[in-house]
Amino acid sequence: MAGQLTFDAVATGQGADTRAWLARRAEAVVLPVGALIVGLVAFGGFLLAVGKSPLDFYALVHTGAFGSGFAWQNTLSRTAPLLFAALCVAIPARLGLVVIGGEGAIVLGGVATGALAAQIAGVPGVLGVPLLALAGALAGGLWLGAVGALRHYRGVNETISSLLLAYIAIALMNHLVEGPLRDPASLNKPSTAPLDAALRVGDLPGLAVHWGLGVGIIACIAAWLLIERTTWGFAARMTGGNVRAAQVQGLPVGWLIVGFTALGGAMAGLAGMFEVTAVHGSANASLAAGYGFTGILIAFLARHNPLAIIPVAILLAGFEASSGLVQRRMDLPQATTMVLQGFVFIAILASEALYGRLKPFTPERWRQR
Amino acid sequence: MSETDLGLWAVPLAILAGAIRVSTPFLFVSLGECLTERSGRINLGLEGTLVFGAMAGYAVAYESGSAWAGVGAAALAGIVFGYVHGLLCSLPKVNDIAIGIALMILGMGLAFFFGKSYVQPVAPNLPAIGLGWWSESPQVRSALQVNALFFIGAIAALGLWWMFKSTRVGLVIRVVGDSSDAARATGLRPNRVRVLSTAAGGAFAGIGGAYLSLYYPGSWNEGISSGQGLMAVALVIFARWNPILCFWAALLFGGAGALGPALQSVGISQGYYLFYAAPYVLTLLVLIATSSPNRAMTGAPGELSITK
Repeated sequence: MAGQLTFDAVATGQGADTRAWLARRAEAVVLPVGALIVGLVAFGGFLLAVGKSPLDFYALVHTGAFGSGFAWQNTLSRTAPLLFAALCVAIPARLGLVVIGGEGAIVLGGVATGALAAQIAGVPGVLGVPLLALAGALAGGLWLGAVGALRHYRGVNETISSLLLAYIAIALMNHLVEGPLRDPASLNKPSTAPLDAALRVGDLPGLAVHWGLGVGIIACIAAWLLIERTTWGFAARMTGGNVRAAQVQGLPVGWLIVGFTALGGAMAGLAGMFEVTAVHGSANASLAAGYGFTGILIAFLARHNPLAIIPVAILLAGFEASSGLVQRRMDLPQATTMVLQGFVFIAILASEALYGRLKPFTPERWRQR
Repeated sequence: MSETDLGLWAVPLAILAGAIRVSTPFLFVSLGECLTERSGRINLGLEGTLVFGAMAGYAVAYESGSAWAGVGAAALAGIVFGYVHGLLCSLPKVNDIAIGIALMILGMGLAFFFGKSYVQPVAPNLPAIGLGWWSESPQVRSALQVNALFFIGAIAALGLWWMFKSTRVGLVIRVVGDSSDAARATGLRPNRVRVLSTAAGGAFAGIGGAYLSLYYPGSWNEGISSGQGLMAVALVIFARWNPILCFWAALLFGGAGALGPALQSVGISQGYYLFYAAPYVLTLLVLIATSSPNRAMTGAPGELSITK
């Protein structure tokens, strides 16, 4: 088979190019999907080891996540914040930055939304909702833009600083929601004042899924266009490849780093904004639901490709949507989803070692014996 | 016992007591992280190891009736997690930071999965040594109840410091951490050294977890860790990869964490939640002050991905 390919590659230039292109594309699909399957099978082994049936498990996941219209609604409602949270990781990743503090930007985006909503009660939704989106995006963008600025101007590692800032953001949220921004009427669960009905974000037409999903998908497409089809995206990828070379070329490396981290933060801030305006109706501790951390997993699964984030986020949201059903039917603890995520994540990361090493996918190797 | 009114003296006393009580897990996790990072790898998954160690330690202590058996089990679990991390990171092109996050999710998931049945039962606790015998005041006495693991941790810090400074093993780890090429040239096998260092580092994190579930707070539940495992990474940077400084840094972090509750106990509750952020703010400020865009941080191992 390989010999045949070698022969063809030498014989016909045009056909070989197409084949090489196809092979590289196939690698980008086959390896992640293969790793996902390996992770799911390994988790099945874990279930067998604790005396549960993996087939029952995956059948229930299918029923609970994708088996009915209601299940799909549940899954898609959980997808929205995950799309934004994953973009928050994937966009800076194009510069080679590992930003893992999206949770902080989500939380502060939500708090900024709740705080502004209390000030602009009475403003019509057409004007008010975009203002809230701006507030959420701005809060998240400033928070993670600071991470980029620290990285570029002070050499502070972005992974560590974003993680520390996530903890600081959660403390800040608790302080604001329990103190200055607290609605005196919220007794059991301290919250900001409930949003005006006009400022609440509704459902997509014909679906029982809020607008966050639509905006999230648009954001993924826009991020893909930005990275793959604009000069900024090209400059960012180049900077990610080699900072020194990019600097020598005269690229504005500092602006790119601050801009891309801030853009990622703005995405996470929007996640918080939609959680407040479409789900909770006020900002409170429910904002720190761990979406930021699931977003890291999704971005790595999608190999930081914004378009691939959409299906991966739906899949992960499906696991979460079905977890209640699985727990009840199979008498499994809530942490089962976490174990599953861990298995999948490790399989995906380990598969990185295979890129460029499997002969069928690597045209450069076809001529070697 | 009559409570003597200590007035404002209660604040520094509470901070000291809190520092000693809260710092032990910080100390163990940061020593483990320090050992791993000195070999040139970063293990962001110690949070998962810590939580799993807390669960495993508690479960074994409950089943066997011996708290020290629990500590041993936690250390063993930590070795396994560290070993897996080390092996996975030895694969080419695999990102050690991402593997750390993955193992954190897996470790916490497994801990919650298997730990669910141990939320109710009461396991034996680790013994404490009373250092407050000289005082009449019950507050002082209870503040100076110090757990044996604190002393073990302090000795381990000294031991690691000595190991890095004047033993062959320490030298090997340092060479591997500073330059893979130099290590290979001298006939060392960097990946093997790193795997072993990460496994040993995992053992420390596991013990830190056992302290949480077996002494303070002294029970197993899903919210047992407040991010000590994650902060270890920052703490080691703060301590300049020096085990002795890790000891002082852990005390400082413990004290910073005790600041909020201590002030609240004397009626200062303004900004209570903000004090929770004190250790994180402290770390961030130190990072900003000590980093530079032009050179690696002083004392940093050359092969470490976060300082390159």
